[in-house]
Amino acid sequence: MTAETVQEKEVGRARARKEDARLVTGQTNWTDNIQLPGLVHIAFLRSPLAHARITRADTSRAREATGVIAVFTGADLAAEQGSLPCAWPVTPDIVIPQHPPMAVDTVRYAGEIVAAVVARDRYAAADALEAIDVDYEELPPVLDMEEALAEGSPKVHEQGNKSFVWPFSNGDIEAAFRDAPVVLERTYRQQRLIPSAMEPRAVVCAPVGDEFTLWSATQIPHVLRVMLALVTGIPEHKLRVIAPDVGGGFGSKLQVTAEEVLALLIARRLGRPVKWTESRSEGNLAVHHGRDQIQRIRVAAGADGRLRGLDVDLLADMGAYLMLVTPGVPLLGAFMYNAIYKMDAYSFRCTGVFTTKTPTDAYRGAGRPEATFAIERVMDDLAAELGMDPLALRERNWIKHTEFPYTTIAGLTYDSGNYEAATAAARELFHYDELRKEAAERAAAGDPVRLGIGISTFTEMCGLAPSRILGQLAYGAGGWEHASIRMLPTGKVEAVTGSSAHGQGHETAWSQIVADELGVPFEDVRVLHGDTFVAPKGMDTYGSRSLTVGGIAVVAACGKVREKARVIAAGLLEVSPDDLEWSSGRWQVRGDPDQGKTIGEIALATFAAHNLPEGVEPSLDSDATYDPDNFSFPHGTHLCAAEVDTETGAVRLRSYVAVDDVGQVVNPLIVEGQVHGGIAQGIAQALFEEAAYDSSGTLVTATLADYLVPSAADLPAFVTSRTATPSTTNPLGVKGVGEAGTIASTPAVVNAIVDALRPLGVPDVPMPCTPERVWRAIREGAAR
Amino acid sequence: MNHVSMRIDGVRYDDDVEPRLLLVHYLREVAGRTGTPVGCDTSNCGACTVLMNGVSVKSCSVLAVQADGAEITTIQGLANGEWHPLQRAFHEEHALQCGYCTPGMIMAAADLLRDNPRPSEQEVRDGLEGNLCRCTGYQNIVRAVLRVAGEMAGEQAGAAS
Amino acid sequence: MIPARFDYVRPGSVEDAVRALAGGGDDARVIAGGQSLLPLLRLRLAFPDLLVDVGGLSELRGVRETAGSLEIGALTTIYELTRDPLLTAHCGLLAETATLIADPAVRHRATIGGALAHADPAGDLPAVVLALGGSLLIRGPEGEREVRAGDFFTDYMTTSLSPGELLVAVRVPRLGGDWGFRYEKFRLTAQSWAIVGVAAVARRSNGHVAEARIGLTNMGSVPVRATAAESAAAGAEASAAALREAGSRADEGTSPPSDLRGSADYRRHLARVLTGRALAAAAGAS
Repeated sequence: MTAETVQEKEVGRARARKEDARLVTGQTNWTDNIQLPGLVHIAFLRSPLAHARITRADTSRAREATGVIAVFTGADLAAEQGSLPCAWPVTPDIVIPQHPPMAVDTVRYAGEIVAAVVARDRYAAADALEAIDVDYEELPPVLDMEEALAEGSPKVHEQGNKSFVWPFSNGDIEAAFRDAPVVLERTYRQQRLIPSAMEPRAVVCAPVGDEFTLWSATQIPHVLRVMLALVTGIPEHKLRVIAPDVGGGFGSKLQVTAEEVLALLIARRLGRPVKWTESRSEGNLAVHHGRDQIQRIRVAAGADGRLRGLDVDLLADMGAYLMLVTPGVPLLGAFMYNAIYKMDAYSFRCTGVFTTKTPTDAYRGAGRPEATFAIERVMDDLAAELGMDPLALRERNWIKHTEFPYTTIAGLTYDSGNYEAATAAARELFHYDELRKEAAERAAAGDPVRLGIGISTFTEMCGLAPSRILGQLAYGAGGWEHASIRMLPTGKVEAVTGSSAHGQGHETAWSQIVADELGVPFEDVRVLHGDTFVAPKGMDTYGSRSLTVGGIAVVAACGKVREKARVIAAGLLEVSPDDLEWSSGRWQVRGDPDQGKTIGEIALATFAAHNLPEGVEPSLDSDATYDPDNFSFPHGTHLCAAEVDTETGAVRLRSYVAVDDVGQVVNPLIVEGQVHGGIAQGIAQALFEEAAYDSSGTLVTATLADYLVPSAADLPAFVTSRTATPSTTNPLGVKGVGEAGTIASTPAVVNAIVDALRPLGVPDVPMPCTPERVWRAIREGAAR
Repeated sequence: MNHVSMRIDGVRYDDDVEPRLLLVHYLREVAGRTGTPVGCDTSNCGACTVLMNGVSVKSCSVLAVQADGAEITTIQGLANGEWHPLQRAFHEEHALQCGYCTPGMIMAAADLLRDNPRPSEQEVRDGLEGNLCRCTGYQNIVRAVLRVAGEMAGEQAGAAS
Repeated sequence: MIPARFDYVRPGSVEDAVRALAGGGDDARVIAGGQSLLPLLRLRLAFPDLLVDVGGLSELRGVRETAGSLEIGALTTIYELTRDPLLTAHCGLLAETATLIADPAVRHRATIGGALAHADPAGDLPAVVLALGGSLLIRGPEGEREVRAGDFFTDYMTTSLSPGELLVAVRVPRLGGDWGFRYEKFRLTAQSWAIVGVAAVARRSNGHVAEARIGLTNMGSVPVRATAAESAAAGAEASAAALREAGSRADEGTSPPSDLRGSADYRRHLARVLTGRALAAAAGAS
């Protein structure tokens, strides 16, 4: 590259993704694609019962079945299997029960593993499962959180059904509610969801001597490696974890799973490579679930709509065990109930409850969608109570763009935002006034198909997270991220990131960042991730943290390369480093720009190392670990218009407008895709999805025929736009985007449905708002 | 064991298989065509969609023995020297994120365009109802398919040509 | 995800198929497209010892005109139903309903015979064939017999087919131009099963409904006729209001299930509303 070439800035360009070449041609490396010499297959037998004692497990017939290599029960592995980790003991007195990867004497949810077969192929393994005889003594299931906490309830664990109580308060909550002109109290149910990443989980483990390589469809190869070492006692340096191409996670692969631990233990026992691949119906039972909370929320306001106080009491279903971050998920919501609003006082209490259901844990948004739903639903109800336009009520209470940085009642400092701008843009795209008019006309005419408008002016905290804050919240690890840059002699760049992608497009976005930071072409950068031998340090991908933490680590690592290059360039040019300036990928002499060296030229000279300055190592490589000072706070205004057929209860989404503010954008194509997918998942919670159990504790939505993930035919086209208020807490000015759509859209949809039906006396519709539930709500409204 | 003979992405395969062997497992584990993944066990997700004798089928819902004598096209056989227009459009319109649904989605889209070369947006959405994606919200998938329909106007798109 | 073991034969003729089925007795199952059977096998909800694959019997494929009726070979795929010119012209209800079944890839494999023999009360085609007053042609060791649709579906996922018998064709009437039709399918997502479906055909005469026939999906353990609503519709004015009134009797005599997708009383309500709508559409009422 010559001095005259000014490279177009990569950050901000809608680059089509590098990842796609293998994904659109079927050359992807999914874990289940891995074949190794001598590979054998594991199948797990799972409890059909929600709660039972195992009285007998007879594997003798299975051991004799064709192709069977070994069969294990919990008793066989009891001495070595340890307990699955919970890394977030949220209170000092939290109850964290033992969680053996394979049940030894008691099962506490339908789907818990009770035995494993290892066979020469997956067909033989499946057959042998049927030859295992397990006798159970049934115990009473514990399915309802409120009943679980009542005296005399059957116990999930000996220590009882309460795991923890976590309180928070700020301001004088009693004063805020005392004599308040308006007090509303609502109870919402966040139904249980199944994350449903399209790739089912899979694990391959290959032992060589006392060293192990484990491939897993995981979001967290680095965390997994540490945890597997701690659980199994296999020394960390003898364990390599690889997340090959991973087909989506949404939090469900942010986990240290029983299957991963067992695959490792079985591989160690047998000294042979093993593979386990789950079926969808197995995964619906055994992949951790999301949400499942009962939210009691009280709000106090003045007659003018000004918020005075907010009081939240939460029951959060942990399921049968605490998994990696189970107890922390509802607490992430604790800081979000106040949302974008100013108020005098806030009180929050969360009780974690054990039930005999699949454990819950992170699912896209993790705590924040629940909080956002409750506050945005209440704001709409409060507006109705006060006879105000719901947007006007929000505007009365939100933080003005001139007030940033703003420390909220929940104690977070929002660095930047412009709720006015996003809302104004959304209003216009949505044709808000026209739709309001049509809705009123339909209501006045008694039209059987009503129109409702739903609003969600959301924010969220993401970019998990400042290690200091995580420490204060008793989380077991930090929130930093690592990156390193490897300069190749030919001037090409390998960027190594600890952030492990599974669909987000890191290979593309990181290339754009590196291209700008080092002044190299986008095509000259290769991004490496997801293998603990290649990317040795990392905290992985969740909580919309990749760009705001991992991306900034890349920026920092590039900065170090530049500084090393400066010294070497000065030597080559025989000037002082202080005489050089960085311009378009090149160190050049101040005042004499013809004299300079590109990063590629410097890399080659460093490789040759013939005449480096005294004491300078022959390497430009760098690494950097970035720990953010603060979360990032994306926000936006989502507006939804829903038509409700009052005769059948059917809901049709007529239009959906999302204006998101995620600060500066590295790749608008990727950002838009994240918003689309997020909205779809939030709509799915509002309208379609629920993990339902029957009275015996059997999951009745164990397949995709019953757990209704929407298709293209079930969703509308979304109108998306952006405002850009840069973050002030990182050098790129970026905010997270991975969860925003999911957090925003659920309340927008339900608010629209309730808005359509409020004239019919309907105050709420429980999620998912199925036609039958809508129809019942209308009938109950008419009877009111 | 039953003998099957089929042509997969232009190559003839002859094998003896158990009659219960699913076509998708035959493709992945016997023929080594791992481009076609498995996403569910109830025929809902469509990740395993391939073309069988020119029309889309869910390869988890066909026994290998039922495909005896058939011509199968998978995502790995779609490109003909250069990427199929759908592969290009999915890439350029950012119609994939994790990519797990993508092979099935592209094969279903190829079939859709064969059946209806000039679909409306709603016809694209309805035509892809058997293929689930958890990442994209489908918006860019629909956009990519419509774009190819526009490009290939008048042509028969997609089939194993 | 993995079926249990079974034996498999692929007979070359209907006679051979019947022989194989008869030999296999209760433990033999027919497989055609396999779109109903394979999910059951994969989830190990069915354990046949023998599958008799009739998929290659091309003589069972396609639609033929006979005197006053259409004969649809059992192997005609759902996709073919959507496109068949004879059906489109003379039995639009079948062609239209077929577009609403499952998804395109499933429609390419699934057959009308399979859908009827599977006899799932949540399936769409049983109620349609019932509303059409169709009949089923069955070949067995004793020869061929014809069974009216109303007598074919005997219980939940059970038909009057005996072991050794094979459904070979479906006979439906050719409907004249004075007949209208509509299948109202009410479902939670595009590819999920109907909570309730209403198949209606109506003959219009002088602004009135001269005759109506209605089949209900998922309103009992078998597809059922909404006979009270049919009577109410006969002679009614072809108006939305009058047919809505007739539809309000649609659930009489039904015993719908309560399950994950809907309670019995909601199903009754839906049947009433949807029957009114289906009748109005079939009768061309505004």
